[in-house]
Amino acid sequence: MNSLKLKPKQKQRSPGNVFSGSKGINLASKGEKYLWSMGGALIIGLIMIAAFLLLILVNGLKTFYPGPVHRVTLTDNRVIAGEPFRREKISQDQTLETSREDTCSAWRTLYKTGNFDLYNKDFRWVDEQDIKQISEPKDIFYIERTEWGPFIGYIHELNLNHETFFFSRERLSQLKKEHKAAQARRNILKDLKKKEMGSINHELDNLRLSLKRVELDHGKDSVRYKTTLDSLSAKRKKLEENYGEIADKIEIIIKKDAKYSVVLKDVSGIEKRVNISDIIRFYPANNLTLSQKTGIYISRWIEFLTAEPREANIEGGVMPAIFGTFAMTLLMVIIVAPLGVMASLYLKEYAKQGKLVSMVRICVNNLAGVPSIVYGAFGLGFFAYCVGTTVDRIFFPEYLPNPVYGTGGILWAALTLALLTLPVVIVATEEALAAVPQSLREGSLACGASKWQTIKNIVLPNALPGIMTGLILAMARGAGEVAPLMLVGVVKLAPDLPVDTIFPFIHPERSFMHLGFHIFDVGFQSRNAEAGKPMVFVTTLLLISLIGLMNAFAIHIRSRMKKKYSVGQ
Amino acid sequence: MIIKPSDIENKEIQTIYHPQKGEQGSVIDIDTFSLFYGKSQALFDTTMDVEKGLVTAIIGPSGCGKSTLLKSLNRMNDLIDNISINGKIRFEGKNIFDRDTDVINLRKQMGMVFQKPNPFPMSIADNVTYPLKIDGIRGKNVLAETCERSLKRTALWDEVKDRLNESALRLSGGQQQRLCIARAIAADPEVLLMDEPCSALDPMATIKIEDLINELKGKYTIIIVTHNMQQAARVSNNTAFMYIGRIIEYGKTDIIFTKPKSMKTQDYVTGRFG
Ligand SMILES: Nc1ncnc2c1ncn2[C@@H]1O[C@H](COP(=O)(O)OP(=O)(O)OP(=O)(O)O)[C@@H](O)[C@H]1O
Ligand SMILES: [Mg+2]
Repeated sequence: MNSLKLKPKQKQRSPGNVFSGSKGINLASKGEKYLWSMGGALIIGLIMIAAFLLLILVNGLKTFYPGPVHRVTLTDNRVIAGEPFRREKISQDQTLETSREDTCSAWRTLYKTGNFDLYNKDFRWVDEQDIKQISEPKDIFYIERTEWGPFIGYIHELNLNHETFFFSRERLSQLKKEHKAAQARRNILKDLKKKEMGSINHELDNLRLSLKRVELDHGKDSVRYKTTLDSLSAKRKKLEENYGEIADKIEIIIKKDAKYSVVLKDVSGIEKRVNISDIIRFYPANNLTLSQKTGIYISRWIEFLTAEPREANIEGGVMPAIFGTFAMTLLMVIIVAPLGVMASLYLKEYAKQGKLVSMVRICVNNLAGVPSIVYGAFGLGFFAYCVGTTVDRIFFPEYLPNPVYGTGGILWAALTLALLTLPVVIVATEEALAAVPQSLREGSLACGASKWQTIKNIVLPNALPGIMTGLILAMARGAGEVAPLMLVGVVKLAPDLPVDTIFPFIHPERSFMHLGFHIFDVGFQSRNAEAGKPMVFVTTLLLISLIGLMNAFAIHIRSRMKKKYSVGQ
Repeated sequence: MIIKPSDIENKEIQTIYHPQKGEQGSVIDIDTFSLFYGKSQALFDTTMDVEKGLVTAIIGPSGCGKSTLLKSLNRMNDLIDNISINGKIRFEGKNIFDRDTDVINLRKQMGMVFQKPNPFPMSIADNVTYPLKIDGIRGKNVLAETCERSLKRTALWDEVKDRLNESALRLSGGQQQRLCIARAIAADPEVLLMDEPCSALDPMATIKIEDLINELKGKYTIIIVTHNMQQAARVSNNTAFMYIGRIIEYGKTDIIFTKPKSMKTQDYVTGRFG
């Protein structure tokens, strides 16, 4: 900041000052004239980043905190109930002309009213001048359901195994107990449907495919086909029996679920019957202690991190997306690391440095500037349609016309992103290789080491921290990329994870979910943009944290490498 | 007295050889060897025999081609693009520029010590045993023995024996240079090439290295490039004086320093230029 004292530049030209006039004082040679602008640039950058992170952090962290529910009586005596969501000034066209401040003091509030099944919308704007009275009734409940979003209203009646009670405060613990039992039943049901029925379906599919395979190999009239057909029908019968048993079990549970229900009533008195098993979570929104609120907050986070999405991704969790992002990024790094390192080793260590190599280098650098969607198109056209279809024709003819590898999948996505991040890795690796002192190479070669031995023992270990930096950059870039993924395998809702318990356990051909795409989907593609908005922030927070976590891990490995090979340790 | 390069380049210079009687014969035989960096010539028809088991010093003003000549001996110049050569260098009777020469084997027979110590960023023990490891020798005992023997020969053992597994970069400059010498002799080469090994060291460390050279004399043939005339006089048996890519005078060290025939040699060793 000393530079600020040396400000007046005009002094040079001041008349009468012969000395400064004749010789001239170059300010830049005396003071750090541009220091303030450099510092300023840094500060502007930091402020923008900090503001961005703060916005995401605040919005992301507060989303799951249970807020109060208002019961609002309007001037026309209608009543609504909801969580106040957002408040804004109403812009009136006239105010522009009159330009008087106090005329535009009208505000309106957005209430999250829930009850989509009754009102056909989740949110509602209320002008504040229409409000007669606001209260926070202690007995109003916020009820999260598996369908139709939350219900906001009163619990009117309990139906427990043919007995009917009117709901009152004393019945709350009973309801909680029933709710726990119902949730346990729901989990069993989910397991039955997904795991057991899923695996039977899978086996049935396999039978069909193996028959098809025999048919393709030997023809429909062959002896082989007939014997296979016979043995398969026996197996199929067995499987179908199993299937029937499971279907019966499911039937029983569903029947039982129907016997335990509650009748809910919204503030205007409309009733709605809901099975207890369809309730995810319920709480008296205006009658919570701080620890209860914290409990709800934490349980919502846990659900968000571990559960699968519900209701067009707006509710529920993002576990498949977390897993998809992580697996895809990992796969990408596994592909791009050896490819990039070997390519730059050739460029830097083996290729004769000349015009051709410089050209290649320029091309690689420019590749980093190609729009990522172009990579996506290439990935779809080349990997999925060209390579994938060929793989299908050769290895999976029995699946046709359904594609296995001939469509987007996590493998193709990882390959596409590997291609996208390859320039980053190559450039960083080349720099890291160049930073290894020539004297070390000479020392090694003079000891009688071959070129490859020198690279392996001296150059690579010394360049490794720099290479890791490149991989970290590539990882961050790849994990945050969305556009190309939409073409090569990311889907809104993937029925199965790319890794599961069904042989061969890893399914690189499957499509997957991705946090970045999830943000796009809930924020801009869902039926209800308002409801998706908080999820955008939460998911963004999660994506940034995930990338940060992966980077932190890589940085940790890098610093351990650095220690190993340097003076420090 | 100032000698312009043109004085020399324009007329042929005849190298002056003093008669020597080698006891064990020569191990390296440089025969009208010339070297070009691209178009510019760095060595002009250099010819000299290096006697086995003795210390040969190469002296001369900066830029006269000492390092170039030294690096040609174990073909470290191969690393530089755009190099062309003429003439022969024979090592144990065989031209090292023949097509069938095994460069790696050649380098294994010639340990090299550089001007700036260049220990590898690994442990002291790993540094010393590096030449063995790249030969595929994995036996723990062999490695440990070699490590100890080399470090003892370079008088470093007592200083580092308790910290063999520490990073070599933590040693002082002089210790690092002795470590590099230990590394260069670990695989028992025939010849030791040293390019100004003491230029980065203080006088005490320099004396230690000189003692070491005297110690190693006889076991190895040593060729040392130096700027320090006293050093050349102290440690070497033979001395070659180079000037702008040529060997001007070559013979027994005391003759070169006391009764040189060439005026330039005389001027250089008496410190009148250089
Ligand atoms: N890689 C190279 N490319 C082109 N010219 C080179 C290269 N290395 C050395 N030279 C030139 O060759 C000549 C001899 O260089 P050399 O390094 O052998 O000198 P030197 O006698 O070792 O000098 P010093 O005592 O300063 O180390 C110099 O003119 C130098 O500019
Ligand atoms: Mg030199």
